[in-house]
Amino acid sequence: MVPLFLLLGVATFATPALLRLRPQMAAFLAVIPAAAGAWLRWRVSQPAPVEAAGWASSLGVRFSVQTDGLAMLFAWLICGIGALVFFYAAAYLERDSRVGRFYSYLTLFFASMLGLVLADNIILLFIFWELTSLSSFLLIGYDHDRAAARDAALQTLLVTGLGGLALLAGLLMLATAGGSYELSELVARRGDLRGHSLFHPALLLIILGAMTKSAQFPFHFWLPSAMEAPTPVSTYLHSATMVKAGVYLLARLSPVGSETPLWTGVAIVGLITMLTGFVMALPQRDAKRMLAYSTVGALGMLTMLIGIGTHAAIYSAMAILLAHAFYKASLFLLAGAFDHATGTRDVYEWRGFWRAMPGPSVAALLAAGSLAGLPPLFGYVAKEQVLGFLWELPAGGAALAAATVAGICSVAVAGMLALRPLAGDPREFHAPSLSLWGPPALLSALGVLGGLFPAWADRWLVGPAARAVTTEAAGSKLALWHGFNVPVLISLGILLGGAALYHRRAYAQEIAASLQRVSRWGPERAYGIVLGSVMALARVGTRFLQSGKLRNYMLIVLLTTSGLAYHAMFARGGVSLHTDWLNLSPHEALLAAVMITAAVAALLFQSRLAAVVALGVVGLGVALLFLLFGAPDLAMTQFVVETLTVILLVLVLYHLPRFARFSSGRARLRDLAVAMSAGSLLTLSLLALQGFQRSDALSAYFAQTSVPEAHGRNIVNVILVDFRALDTLGEITVLAVAAIGVYGLLKLRLKSGGQE
Amino acid sequence: MTSLILATASRFLFPLLLMFSVFLLLRGHNQPGGGFVGGLVAAAAFALYWVAFDTKTAKRALRLSPVTLIATGLLFAIGSGWMGILEGRPFLTGEWTMFEAPGLGEIHLGTPLLFDTGVYLLVIGVLMLVITSLAEETRE
Repeated sequence: MVPLFLLLGVATFATPALLRLRPQMAAFLAVIPAAAGAWLRWRVSQPAPVEAAGWASSLGVRFSVQTDGLAMLFAWLICGIGALVFFYAAAYLERDSRVGRFYSYLTLFFASMLGLVLADNIILLFIFWELTSLSSFLLIGYDHDRAAARDAALQTLLVTGLGGLALLAGLLMLATAGGSYELSELVARRGDLRGHSLFHPALLLIILGAMTKSAQFPFHFWLPSAMEAPTPVSTYLHSATMVKAGVYLLARLSPVGSETPLWTGVAIVGLITMLTGFVMALPQRDAKRMLAYSTVGALGMLTMLIGIGTHAAIYSAMAILLAHAFYKASLFLLAGAFDHATGTRDVYEWRGFWRAMPGPSVAALLAAGSLAGLPPLFGYVAKEQVLGFLWELPAGGAALAAATVAGICSVAVAGMLALRPLAGDPREFHAPSLSLWGPPALLSALGVLGGLFPAWADRWLVGPAARAVTTEAAGSKLALWHGFNVPVLISLGILLGGAALYHRRAYAQEIAASLQRVSRWGPERAYGIVLGSVMALARVGTRFLQSGKLRNYMLIVLLTTSGLAYHAMFARGGVSLHTDWLNLSPHEALLAAVMITAAVAALLFQSRLAAVVALGVVGLGVALLFLLFGAPDLAMTQFVVETLTVILLVLVLYHLPRFARFSSGRARLRDLAVAMSAGSLLTLSLLALQGFQRSDALSAYFAQTSVPEAHGRNIVNVILVDFRALDTLGEITVLAVAAIGVYGLLKLRLKSGGQE
Repeated sequence: MTSLILATASRFLFPLLLMFSVFLLLRGHNQPGGGFVGGLVAAAAFALYWVAFDTKTAKRALRLSPVTLIATGLLFAIGSGWMGILEGRPFLTGEWTMFEAPGLGEIHLGTPLLFDTGVYLLVIGVLMLVITSLAEETRE
């Protein structure tokens, strides 16, 4: 499995170059998801064991993948819809010069989403989870010239990123409780897990992460905002795959979490989300926002079913998931095609589609029919399964009622999206090309196929996925006709109610619009307030801490450091001073005297150049001290550093005005106090260090191993370049960044005309 | 204010300092020295050139741009770390090869030397970047 992801990583970085050379190749990139899917089909045989490759095994991080039915259902969706979206986007973004970047992000997303559903190691899962958030951010902000796109991208990143942090904490706690970093083992040890004190906090945090990702109430608001993204992105990320990552995780952990109070909470959150989504879809005018809200509703239904957690519930959820992926992706892609054709996404501006473009209209009708749950489409089969399940569920009355309301609303939404635009005379139009409506038509056809042959869907996709989660005895199976029973009656009622709602849509919209006025005070508002206050706090903090005056920076740094250090020193019972350092030999005393004199002189000199030279004397004195106490390496370095420092200081001095007194006497006194406190801190800590019992274990270790293991007799250098090379690598990186920072600051000032 | 004495002296000192810096780099593993101090000495050599002549001459003597030196140095350091990975060991594990060189005795050659060379190049680059940018601003 590792080579697949390495190849996808290469593809991510290779696509921009390829598309710059051959822009017309974009449609062929659909090969990437298609080939990955084919490879998976060829590699995976059921039941597949967990496959692992070492990574940072000592930290519990392994590249381990699980290819059971649940993972494969998601993987097929990611690869299949991915191939269609990759193909579609080429036509959608025709003549866009940044198409290379777009495909790079899209490939990154494809790889991370595939990794997310296949990962068995929780750290691996988390990494891919965050990568999907990141690529979602990049893709929503693709049109980065528009402020709305940037805001929406940021909103998504903040909401899902916050959820990601909760998820990480939750996963780590779960791993601590279960003693394993592998999902499969955690699920197997669920009995021990449930007794652990960390179990409930961990589960709560994981649920929070899943809720933000899958746009559950009250985090649902980011999904409609994310519609600022190009339509292929909305189709792929925000309807078919990424938003279902949370659903996936909940389903994966359903054996661990079900039958706990928190899991009931999941079901309730799902129910609220389902109602919110479908009701809020009604008053929208923008086709994509309407679809987004109905996606929120569908995600709510999935979450609710997983929260119920029985085998039949998971089975129904998987059926809905599959049906939703087909019809919603198709509707999104068609909305993009219609947007191209008419130049607007306002569904009330759409008319005359039947005469202008019969082909796409049929595709839209089939997809919308699936959304509405019309027989013999797959949406109907799935909905029938859910209604049948809820009917037989003890105490499922509330869920059944909510599902009925949601169903009625979705029928009306389907009518507004696909039925209303058919009538009337077409206005100025250019009919979409086949590459824009072919992919959605294929998805609509799959919906028909699934409806006519539900046994196939059961056997290949839905059944294995549900069995991967729960092993209880299977209940009813997907079928077009279960016989004449109550769910059929409810279905009929939903269709009639939906038709009535569609007929009286102006009235329904007024109600929904007034609800929307209420929701203006909802979570999105809270998001705005929180974001605004964080920004205000940051501004105040920046103004206080980053005044732009070097003196203030030094004051803050020195006072904070010495304050904290003094506190630590005296809170631990003070320092014991040792006086054995007082037996100085004459040449040491002389050196000390020279250094003290030079330091005082540096303060008193009226010429800057003289002050620099005096500081140089202090530095050279330090170097001599190193030499006296047996550190030739340090001494040598110190000598050269002193030389170069003098050169740099002279260069800087060139820019300063002549020596003058700018600060008041009081400010100088304050500076004196700060300098004294910082200086005494250093002196005190050096004296305190004399009294410490030092452990010689490290020195002995390095002395013993330096030659046999690192082939070097200079222990200092061996530590720097071998034993502790990672530290050195970090340090030289910092050095490089600092130098580039200096360069940037100086060049920037030059360009602005030498102005301060 | 070019001084003839300084200019003439630095023409002789410059190669000596550079050779000394390489000497420090190479002996660092067994004797006092190493990439850091070697880089500092080399940078001092170029700085001497700058004091004796001007920024342009010093830059020409450097041949490569300081930013290139920084990037090359980092690449050397990181690349030396990858050698260990290719052998299936953790990042930055020292890999050694030993051979008999005529007249020099046994030579131990390892990735830490590559790492140290990276440090050496980076230190030269960093210092020259700072010195030349400051010096160029002084001229304006």
